Amino acid sequence: MDVTSILAEWTPYLIGGISLTLGLVAIALGIGVALGLPFALVQVYGPRPAKAAISAYAWFFRGLPVLVLLFLFYFGIFPAMGLDLPAFFVGAAVLGLRGAAYQSQIFRGAIQSINEGQMIAALSLGMTRLTAIKSIILPQSLRIALPGWSNEYPEILTDSAICYAIGVAELLTRTSQIVAVTYVTMPIYLCCALIFILLNYAGMRVIHVVEKRVAIPGFGAGAG
Amino acid sequence: MWSKKELPSRASGQGQDSPMKDDAFVLRVEDIHKKFGTNEVLKGVSFNVRKGETIVFIGPSGTGKSTLLRCINQLTIPEKGRVWLHDDEVTNSGPKISYFRQKIGMVFQNFYLFDHLTAVRNVEIALLKVKKMDPESARRKALYELEQVGMKGWADHYPAELSGGQAQRVSIARALAMDPEVILFDEPTSALDPELTREVLEVMKKLAKSGMTMLVVSHEMGFAASVANQIIFMENGNIVEQGPPDALLYDPAYVRTRKFVGQFADLTQRKD
Amino acid sequence: MEPAGFITDILIPALSQGLVVTLQLIVLSAPFGLLLGIGISLGRQYGGKNLSNICKLYVIFIKGCPLLLLLFILYFGLPSVGITLTAFAASVIGFILCNAAYNSEYIRGAILSVKDGQTIAAQALGMTKWQVIREVVLPQALRRAIPGLSNEFIYLIKYSSLAYMLTVIELSGAGKLVATKYFAYNEVFIAVGIVYLALVTFTTVAVHYLEKRVAVPGMIH
Repeated sequence: MDVTSILAEWTPYLIGGISLTLGLVAIALGIGVALGLPFALVQVYGPRPAKAAISAYAWFFRGLPVLVLLFLFYFGIFPAMGLDLPAFFVGAAVLGLRGAAYQSQIFRGAIQSINEGQMIAALSLGMTRLTAIKSIILPQSLRIALPGWSNEYPEILTDSAICYAIGVAELLTRTSQIVAVTYVTMPIYLCCALIFILLNYAGMRVIHVVEKRVAIPGFGAGAG
Repeated sequence: MWSKKELPSRASGQGQDSPMKDDAFVLRVEDIHKKFGTNEVLKGVSFNVRKGETIVFIGPSGTGKSTLLRCINQLTIPEKGRVWLHDDEVTNSGPKISYFRQKIGMVFQNFYLFDHLTAVRNVEIALLKVKKMDPESARRKALYELEQVGMKGWADHYPAELSGGQAQRVSIARALAMDPEVILFDEPTSALDPELTREVLEVMKKLAKSGMTMLVVSHEMGFAASVANQIIFMENGNIVEQGPPDALLYDPAYVRTRKFVGQFADLTQRKD
Repeated sequence: MEPAGFITDILIPALSQGLVVTLQLIVLSAPFGLLLGIGISLGRQYGGKNLSNICKLYVIFIKGCPLLLLLFILYFGLPSVGITLTAFAASVIGFILCNAAYNSEYIRGAILSVKDGQTIAAQALGMTKWQVIREVVLPQALRRAIPGLSNEFIYLIKYSSLAYMLTVIELSGAGKLVATKYFAYNEVFIAVGIVYLALVTFTTVAVHYLEKRVAVPGMIH
């Protein structure tokens, strides 16, 4: 049995795995931003108890291994809440919640790096804090956060493989299936590695293009 | 605290130019106290401002002059004291402070232009977000104000691409666009190289002559001598002396004033 | 079985055994991961064109490849080319390779941040290339890289849990076995989580002291 025929036969199966992997990543990144950005705003502008709560959240989700979080939520927390979620959604949720923990710190750093004069000037023109945050602080801090944030993509992409442990049929799981069935190991595994590397590269290219398109002359790391 | 030389003929603020016809005060500042930690920076400052007056605050660094300006538009909240714009109280006004900040413009030492916006966008953003103007009118007004400060040709440039003097002029346009009644200038040229200071002072002179009410904290004695209606000398959180430039700069009543002003003797040679 | 008994008679012994294995994994992986990381960054920065490219490709491969996949390759894949490793050995080697790749990036960044003048002055004094690296560049670069390196060390602590996927019964594996047997998922994994949090927090504090102890006055990090 040679490698090329195996690959040809199993390609559709692998593609299914790739789409699940990308699905996990997309949902996780979405949750990460949707939660991470508000969390960051609360940590910079919010009342002290809220700040502490979010610090605790970040400490918890960043301090635990992904594997332990997956086990905890899949076998423990969600069933205890009465939720019978498929493994895919548990995986996406865990990666998302963890992503939010990391991203809240990235956004927080970016927001805090903005010179306080920007807020002062905005207030002096009669803007409310909220308007100032929306029109002045966020447009700048999101651009500043982009390089640090872009590390989230490779990280979540490689972490998605850990969802193997709770049986999500993503790329690594399916690769293992193929190996188990065909008894061909190295070539298949290396193909899988290659696919991950290419997905990584493609994603980073996209982010790079976005970075270029939103860039502002003279603005960015080192300015302000 | 009023200078010994506040005789009736001079006390009404008639300096070199007589800009106003009525006696109403645009701004009244009463007994401002401000502490930072244990350090009392303002120890009871009061003064009044007439329409069209240009008042320049001088004094050693760290005597609370900038803090005083920030207490007027409530960017800093004083422990004690009140401020009125015409008959409306600015202090303790809650959410209405946004309205007052539209009427009281401010120009900062470090410009604080919005780094992510072009010059024209910097000038128009508050018109759009605070005054809720429609985009066309806002753009027209913004370009008009940029032209007033001589920066219309740089409308589409970002702050990083402007020199200090250019940036400061844009920031003056940004304050002007709100059609304020008073503009506060917080050491507007202190962060600029000497060559660039001139272009900003020219804009400020033009503004003063056009009748704008201005409060200026500055070390530029030449500007104070030629443009101010009143000079207020502050030291240690108090007003020491106040009066028209002729009196305060060349023949002050208090020794402390004399000592401070004496450092700038060459700059305060009578000009014009 | 009542909770107190469960905890003392079953949970704590099991987790302790698992913790010992976790610590063994970490203690073996970390030093070699650091050394290999230094080696790769030096190879990349100072090696000839070929060595530099090999190091670059190595880093790209490891960074793009999930750690779990790397472990599978080492444990399930290598036997087909004649190399059979125990699960423990495969785990340690995988952790070393992964840790080294990320370490080398931090160290490389730190090397690049050492001012040119430093190496020029050293060369002017007659030092050879390797002397310059050993005496001038590395001492500064490694200090600057401490935040990044300690970050990677913390990752090592957490990702050591993946050894369970190769059937090494480390901390999380021990927890999973107990939890499955006694249907006590929440309790067990919260306990496991607490141990990891303790390890991570302890490391963070220890690194803080380390940074202070090796700091050179006036040298900006």
